[in-house]
Amino acid sequence: MTRARELLARATNPTATVFILLVLVFAAVFAMNPGFFAGPSLMAFLKQAAPLVILAAGQYFVIVSGNFDLSVGALVGAQVVIAARLIDGEESRTVPVLIVMALFGIAVGLVNGLITTALKVQSFITTLGMLLVLYGAIRLWTGGAPTGSLSEAFRVPGRMGIEDVPVLGQIPWALLIMVALGAGAVLLMRTRFGRILLAAGDNERAAALSGARVDTARTLAFVLSGLSATVAGVLIGGFAGVSAQVGDGLEFTVITAVVLGGVVLGGGRGSVLAAMAGALVIEGLFTLFNQMALPATLRPAVQGAIIIAAVAYAARARARPVPTATATPTPS
Amino acid sequence: MRTTRIAAAAAASLGILLATACTTDAPTDEADDATTAAESGDEWFVQADYDEQLAQRDIEPEGDPAAPWLQAIEPEWIDTTEFAQEGGDATVCFSNASVSNPWRVTGWITMQQQVEVLQAEGKIGEFRHSDAGDDDDQQISDIQAFVDSGDCDALIISPSTTATLTPAVEAACESGVPVIVFDRGVNTDCAVTFIHPIGGYAFGADAAEFLVDNLEPGDKVLALRILPGVDVLENRWAAAQEIFADSELEILGNEFTGGDAAEIKNIVTQYLQRGDVDGIWMDAGDGAVAAIEAFEDAGKPYPVMTGEDELSFMRKWQETGMTALAPVYSNFQWRTPVIAATMILAGEQVPSEWVLPQDPITEAERDQYLEVNADMPSLHYAKFGGEDLPGFPEAWQDR
Repeated sequence: MTRARELLARATNPTATVFILLVLVFAAVFAMNPGFFAGPSLMAFLKQAAPLVILAAGQYFVIVSGNFDLSVGALVGAQVVIAARLIDGEESRTVPVLIVMALFGIAVGLVNGLITTALKVQSFITTLGMLLVLYGAIRLWTGGAPTGSLSEAFRVPGRMGIEDVPVLGQIPWALLIMVALGAGAVLLMRTRFGRILLAAGDNERAAALSGARVDTARTLAFVLSGLSATVAGVLIGGFAGVSAQVGDGLEFTVITAVVLGGVVLGGGRGSVLAAMAGALVIEGLFTLFNQMALPATLRPAVQGAIIIAAVAYAARARARPVPTATATPTPS
Repeated sequence: MRTTRIAAAAAASLGILLATACTTDAPTDEADDATTAAESGDEWFVQADYDEQLAQRDIEPEGDPAAPWLQAIEPEWIDTTEFAQEGGDATVCFSNASVSNPWRVTGWITMQQQVEVLQAEGKIGEFRHSDAGDDDDQQISDIQAFVDSGDCDALIISPSTTATLTPAVEAACESGVPVIVFDRGVNTDCAVTFIHPIGGYAFGADAAEFLVDNLEPGDKVLALRILPGVDVLENRWAAAQEIFADSELEILGNEFTGGDAAEIKNIVTQYLQRGDVDGIWMDAGDGAVAAIEAFEDAGKPYPVMTGEDELSFMRKWQETGMTALAPVYSNFQWRTPVIAATMILAGEQVPSEWVLPQDPITEAERDQYLEVNADMPSLHYAKFGGEDLPGFPEAWQDR
């Protein structure tokens, strides 16, 4: 009996909403098409979902510490375009270009973080500005159309995997990267750094007074977000190649995913695992709409309604006093 | 009626923002006249235009086939002596909707190269241009600024949307400057000439007919589209629907992709998980390679496919040897307006509606186009028509 009550309490916990939603979405997908859960098709889904999950983890760090990063979509696009232009089909340039991309991702995150923390510009404005700067700079640099091409080696992480695995077919590298980075993110939130991030988002003043280096932690969160966009860029570029539209609008999709995961805008609450689950829900919804052959024009409306309903449900659950310990934020 | 339409449009664009947060140009064109909806019940299908465009494909254009940008289908030549000017230092102004996609970037380079030639020949003095970045209001003020400056001897306009730009174009005409409209049209014929390739219906029909001819009855076709509500793209799909309706092909669905390669690959992969796809119809070639890769990665045989004359698709087509067609929305039309401007300023006759040829690239012609464009980047268009310009090939390589 107590166990049932405990389960109920958990279910109404905002973080748990996303996992319920995840189950519902996939149950619906299963009802539409049981074949979806066959190994190869599930692996294909996870391969294509991996970039958004990784972006969600990066965005989580920023949001939970009380900021936004709107520049990730433009950064993903910029990274893919930079990669294509610098590699230009030469296999030998793959690794050096990957290093350049990582440095560029760190640099963008660092600039976002320093402007937000040191100059006290609101992150919404900082990263919106960065979005426009990246978008414009890439336009200027390429004249509007990406040039060059990616090397085969560059495309391996996003497109290939461990082949001929029984039952599953192919285990995509993207899935392994996603699991590794996801585990890393969960572990990171258990460290002192993670606790400072949560504290900074929850009550900046209290965190600062208790001796935490809030600004440093927040800046690092932006750097992590920049790095996540870099990895996502490598995976998306690898998955589908170069196009002028890569990354368009990803920032909204990923913020939606994080919010769907029960992470509160403004910071201080929510878990990174739930944020990543939010990304899977979004991708699951896209799949579901496709399975249902829902008219393409109707999908955005349905998606919007589901998101509002889910977040409203989570907010309602949060507003109600819950007598269990789940009311306090747990970093995991 | 009008308010509900606006409300619907607002809701739709809000939805699009929520879902994909597209940064592409929002379809603001919602005033496509009552005639459009009345005739077939479909907002984007006008039977007369459809019939005309399909017929135009078979009409031999006037002019030299080696210079298709100067050819015209059934031209009605009009007198322009009233605009004739002495001396070759005329200032030509160009209000561009945007260079927001590779097709427009390619064309814009071609136009600049053509201008350099005309300047060297002493036919044009100064060439001024403005870029509205897909913003109707910006383009209206750009056109106004050109008119107000009083410096333009000829004004070229590539409108961003049809209905909204019409008053601005009319105002430009009233100023007495010869106006040349190209690519998308406006709801007025006050311009001296309106230059465009045959059109969207012809593009969509070329592609659909190819699939019907090369697939067996009962085969399954997936349609990939960029975004809804843009007239040139909607016309392509409307024409394809006409053709498919008379065939025995099964249309699995039509999906909006935003032209995003990742989205295309994702959608095609999902369709392949559910069953075979025998044919792919696209309303534009952006991201076509990603669709082909989805078949490769799923271990399925290549589909019969229609893309566009974008090089990345044509190269993949050559490499795989698949059955395909590259329908063309003639990019070389970007050369024509500046040449038309010099003709008008010289008092020569021009067609009042300058319909340029629009022939798809078939397998037989493919390798020849790829050879000519061997050094070009992948997001370049084979029928860009600038091979004889002095800047070729460097100008198009270094973007």
